[in-house]
Parts: sequence; structure tokens; C-alpha cells
Amino acid sequence: MTAIASEPGSTYLTAESTIASWLLTKDHKRIALLFFASVTAFFFVGGFAAALIRLNLIEPAGTLLGPDLYNRMFTMHGIVMVWFFLIPSIPATLGNFLVPLMIGARDLAFPRLNLASWYVFNISGILALYFIIAGGNDTGWTFYAPYSTLFSNGHVIAAAVAVFVNGFSTIMTALNFVVTIHRLRAPGMTWFRLPLFIWGIYATSVVMLLATPVLAMTLLLIALEHGFGIGIFDPALGGDPLLFQHMFWFYSHPAVYIMILPAMGVASELIPCFARRPVFGYRGMAYAVMAIAIIGFFVWGHHMFTAGISLFSGIVFSFMSFVVAVPSAIKVFNWTATLHRGRISFDAPMLYALSFVGLFTIGGLTGLNLATLPIDIHVTDTYFVIAHFHYIMVGGTVSAFFGGLHYWWPKITGRLYPEMWARAAAILTFLGFNVTFFPQFILGYLGMPRRYYAYPPEFQVWNVLSSAGASILAIAYVMPLVYLGWSLLRGKQASANPWHATGLEWRTSSPPPEHNFPRTPVVTDAPYRYNPEDGSYVTQDGAANG
Amino acid sequence: MASIRPEAQYATLEQQTETAQLGMWAFLATEVLFFGALIFGYYIYRIAYTDQFILAGHDAKLVLGSINTALLLTSSVTMVAAIELIKRNEARRAATALYLTALLGIAFLGVKGYEYLQDYYDHTVPVLDFVLKPHQQPPVELFWLFYFVATGLHALHLTIGIVAVLILAAHTRSGRYSAAYHSPIEVLGLYWSFVDVVWLFLFAAIYPIGRAG
Repeated sequence: MTAIASEPGSTYLTAESTIASWLLTKDHKRIALLFFASVTAFFFVGGFAAALIRLNLIEPAGTLLGPDLYNRMFTMHGIVMVWFFLIPSIPATLGNFLVPLMIGARDLAFPRLNLASWYVFNISGILALYFIIAGGNDTGWTFYAPYSTLFSNGHVIAAAVAVFVNGFSTIMTALNFVVTIHRLRAPGMTWFRLPLFIWGIYATSVVMLLATPVLAMTLLLIALEHGFGIGIFDPALGGDPLLFQHMFWFYSHPAVYIMILPAMGVASELIPCFARRPVFGYRGMAYAVMAIAIIGFFVWGHHMFTAGISLFSGIVFSFMSFVVAVPSAIKVFNWTATLHRGRISFDAPMLYALSFVGLFTIGGLTGLNLATLPIDIHVTDTYFVIAHFHYIMVGGTVSAFFGGLHYWWPKITGRLYPEMWARAAAILTFLGFNVTFFPQFILGYLGMPRRYYAYPPEFQVWNVLSSAGASILAIAYVMPLVYLGWSLLRGKQASANPWHATGLEWRTSSPPPEHNFPRTPVVTDAPYRYNPEDGSYVTQDGAANG
Repeated sequence: MASIRPEAQYATLEQQTETAQLGMWAFLATEVLFFGALIFGYYIYRIAYTDQFILAGHDAKLVLGSINTALLLTSSVTMVAAIELIKRNEARRAATALYLTALLGIAFLGVKGYEYLQDYYDHTVPVLDFVLKPHQQPPVELFWLFYFVATGLHALHLTIGIVAVLILAAHTRSGRYSAAYHSPIEVLGLYWSFVDVVWLFLFAAIYPIGRAG
């Protein structure tokens, strides 16, 4: 049954063991692990800032940080979490590991570029740590001009350069994925046999390629203006700060889809496997991913409803924002329909996947509230917005990231993780998350603005509740670090296909050998051929219960 | 030449070549958006301050810009010639064509530098030395800011291209490429043509403004 898997021999982990063999590796699986290390470190850097923010907001006077430090802290939290965790999180780690495995390739198209991407990421990370340690930046992650260009005394240039350099890493990785998915698919792996995770990564990579350079140009202009007085956005010369906002959100709204599309891909792998049913409406799912990626480029103005754009453009952007909700809703309905009459088992990855669907749905529906012009005017720049995008990014993306991490952990490490601990962490994440962020919807609706270090006392109850939730969330996020670390050393050996899943990545040993497959697999079947009657399955290369 | 084998992740050398080309096309897509954002910003302001931009455009050095356009277009011809020559296994002549390409690129940079100097004498360099002439208002400075940012970034791209062409020229001369395998030259040719095309857009945006009629 596991003829391929049980062949003895070295794995990608044991092939070479010197430090240089890791730092100079061209193996996509090792590079994925290097990215895991970097991204995890930044997750805790960003989390540290979040912890201080929540501590500061326990009492209305906000004396812990005070105004100036508070501004620097939420800026640090935003910049680190967006560019140094969320955007690379799933693509650079799970994507890097899985794209070649899932399409039956021996590596990514450009292995050296892949390694370079990790180095560039770390250089940008060092620049980010520099701006933080040097005293921080107080512009918010959005760098709005003219504050960032003319008035801020924070380390605007260092922060902008850090994000600028980070963009190179994003583009390198995205380019590698796009080209690999186009050119290196195994024989028989047609576009409509691709696992939906690959579709998610593909769509995200396209968005990365087309959106990131606009951010690069925007940040370059901001840095030039702040540093040298080259005042492209300077109102004194007739420059238009709104132009900055257009350029920034032309990137940053698609960036939301950069963060969520890979998460959707992960959920689309997990849910069929643990419901033992083919994903409902596979083609619809693939088209929906691409539709989100494309329409996502035409909704940026909904971040600017109150910034002074015309009512007409407001209406157009509002309409487009409703349009992009349609493919998103298709995905939610299809995940739900996949569960219908499935043989559902609630292992940890499935708990995370179900959290993802539920939290993404709340985040998505409140997005429609925000896309509605009159409601947006009421809740603009309040905690309602904060809660909305944290439901998408933390409830959605981070849940999916953890779900994927658990699901593919046996493949990556060759070890099983302790299931009960993992389920406990998944449930705790869900509870902690909701206790943290649901009160923020209420706070926002009551009128508490974002980015203030202090607030009127009547908001204290909800703020304390939110901070209490954050402490639960912190524990839930540290738990996997402990038990997954334990499993690395003491976990049970994993078989090639512990979840009885259908993807090609399960058709090689756990952990895989250096070039993934002893022989290039030949794909004969659609993904997700699960049978809910008896839980049996057919892998993509046609093996029954392989 | 039979000793050339594809890298481990490819089945054939052809697949490797096609993949490299697709990689460059994908990269150029990002570059389109990079310069596109800047040129888009330029046109927003040009529409908002048409009269002032016309006044500013009069000080742009049309003759130097035109010479540079000719230089760069010619360099694309020699670049394509290099690709055609290597396809016929004429490595030495291909190397010469590449050296010529780099030389034309360097000539462009030389003219550009001279043009910047003239701009400086004309007091049209923001930050360093900028004086509004009669009838000119502050948006004129926006025109010159875009001029320097855009042509500066273009010159940076061209410089990278020149270095790459020189490296490939040396490799070609030493016989590394042949009709069977010359993918790096073709891929670099794509990049070179792109830098050329960017210049055409910049030329159209900067030099002819306000000069017709």
C-alpha cells in the first residue's frame, strides 16, 4: 500500500546536515523551513506589540504607553504583522513546501531565486528591527501623506525601506510560484486537476506580482519626500495627498486578498479530507479564486469613502465591493455544502478549518456593512473596522495557517503531533479570538475610534474583555510552539499518508526525499476523490486507498 | 555542446528555456506596474495642471531626448542581432553585437548626464537648485520631480542592463552559448527591450509636451 513511501533512504532533512547545507540550500522544502523560522519570529515580534497595545487599553487613561509610544506600537504591530507575517505566512512556508510536491515537480522553477527571496526577506526584517529599535515609526502601517512626508518625526524612511525591500522577497517568491505552476506540472496534472491550494497560491502570486510594485513605487516616493523634500504629494506644490491614498490602497486592498486566498486554499484541502467528500463545485471554487483576485483590484476606493473622493466614485467602489463578495460567498457555500452528508472527523486541522470558515464569514459579512456608504461613514476609523479585518486576517488567515501547519506537519517533519493538545489549542484559539475581537465590533459601533491611546470610561468593560481574550489567544498561540516542538523530538513516526488524503504530496515518504519523488508521478484523477460511504479514496495518480 | 544538461527540476533543456522566458515576462509584468504607477501619477497631475506642465515642458531638452531615443532604439537592434547571430552559432559576432549594445547604452547614460547638467544650469533641479521662471507656478516643480524620479529610475534599470549585457558578452565570447543553448541572451533581450519601451513612454510624456502648435 505504501510501496513508494517505505523505500529506505535519506530524506530532505537528513540528506546533508551541515549548517552551510541549510543556509545555501536550493531545496524548496528546506527553504520553506527557513521561512517558517523567520516568519514565526516576526509573529512573536508583532504579537509583543499587540500585547502592549491590549495592556495599555485596559484602563481608559492609557498611561502604560502614553500617546507617542502607543502610536509607535500600533505602527510596529501593523507593519510587522502585515508584511513580515501575514503576507509571507502561508505562501512562503506551506506554499514553498507544497507547490512542487502537489503538482509532482522536483523543485520550484528557480531554486536560487527562492533562496535569495529568503535572504532578502531577512535583510528587510533586519531593517524593520532597526526602525523599531531606533525609536519606531508613528505613521501607522498606512504611511498616510502628508503626515508621513512632512510632519512625522518617526523613522519613516527606515520603515518604508524595510517594506520596500520586503516587496522584492514577495515578488521573487510569487514569480517562482507562477512560473512553476505554469511550466512544471507533472504529466496529467491539468489546470482543472490542480488542488485548490495550488489555485489559491497561484491567484495570490498573480496579485503579488501586479500589486507589490505599486506599493514599491508609493513607498519610494514617500521616502524621497520625507528624506529629500522631493514633494510629489506636497500640497504646497499642488501635490495631492489623495493620490498617495489611491496608490497605497491599489496595493493594500489586493494585499488583503494576498493574505486570504492561500488561507482559502488551505481550507479547501482540509475540509474535503476530514469530511471524506469531494469538494463541492470544484470548478466554481477555482473560478471564484481567480474572480476574487481580479475583482480585488477594483475595490480599493472603499478605504477612502470619507477621504474626499466624489460620491460617484464612492458608489462605484461600493458596488464593486459588493461584487467581490459574490465569489467569496460561493466559496463559503461550497465549503459548507462539502460538509453536507460527509463523514466528518474533528481532528485539529479540521477544527482550525471550521474556525476559518466561521470567522471568515463574520469578517466577510461585516465587510459588506463597511462597503455600504452610509454605514461606513458611521463606523469609519472605529474599532468596527479593526474587528472586521482581524476576523479576516487573524480569524481567517492565521486559523488556516495553523490548520495547514498541523495537517502537513507529519509530511514536513515525519512526526505526528499530539492530537488532544492540538485540539485544545484549536478550540482555545477560537474562543480567545472571539473574546478578543467581538467586543471590538461593539466598541466600534458605539463610536470608539481606532489608534487612540485613551478612551472614555464607558468603553472600559468591552476593552477589558478584549484584553482578557487576547491573553487567552496568546496562550493558544504559544501552545503549538511547545507541543509541536516536543513532537519534533518525541512524536511518533508518521506514515506517508496519515490522513488518507488524495494529493500527490502524500504519495511520497514523510518527510520526502531530496527531489520529492523517486519517479515523476503521472496524474490520472481529479483531486478530492473521497467516498463518504466508507471513507475510501483515490489518489491523484490513481491509487485506491494509496 | 552536448554536455549542457538542464537543472535538476527540469525534464529537458527546452523546458528550462521556456521557463526562464516566462519568468522574465512575469518580472516585466511587475515592472509595468512599477513604472505604470509613476507615469499614472504624472498624468493625473498633467491633467490637473495642464498649462503649468506645458510651461515646464518647454525647458525639457528635446534635442538631447531625441538623440537618446535614437541611441536606445539602435541598441535594441544590436541586441536582437546578437540573438539572431548566436542562433547561427556565430558566437564572436554575437559577442560584438552585445558589446555594441552595451556601448550604446553607455552613450545614452552619457547624454543623459550631460542633459542633467544642462537642467542644473537652467535651475530646473528641485531640491538642489530650482527657480520658477515668469508665469510659472509651483506645479512646475512637480513636473521636474517626476522628470528626475522617472528618468533616474530608468537610468538605474539601464545601468543594470548594461552590466548584465557586458557579462553575457564576455560569456558569449568565451563560447559558453551556442545555437543549442543561448537562453540567457534571449531572456536579457526581453529585459533590454522593456527598458527601451519604458523610455519611449517617458519620452512621450516629457519632451513633446506643449511643443506642437
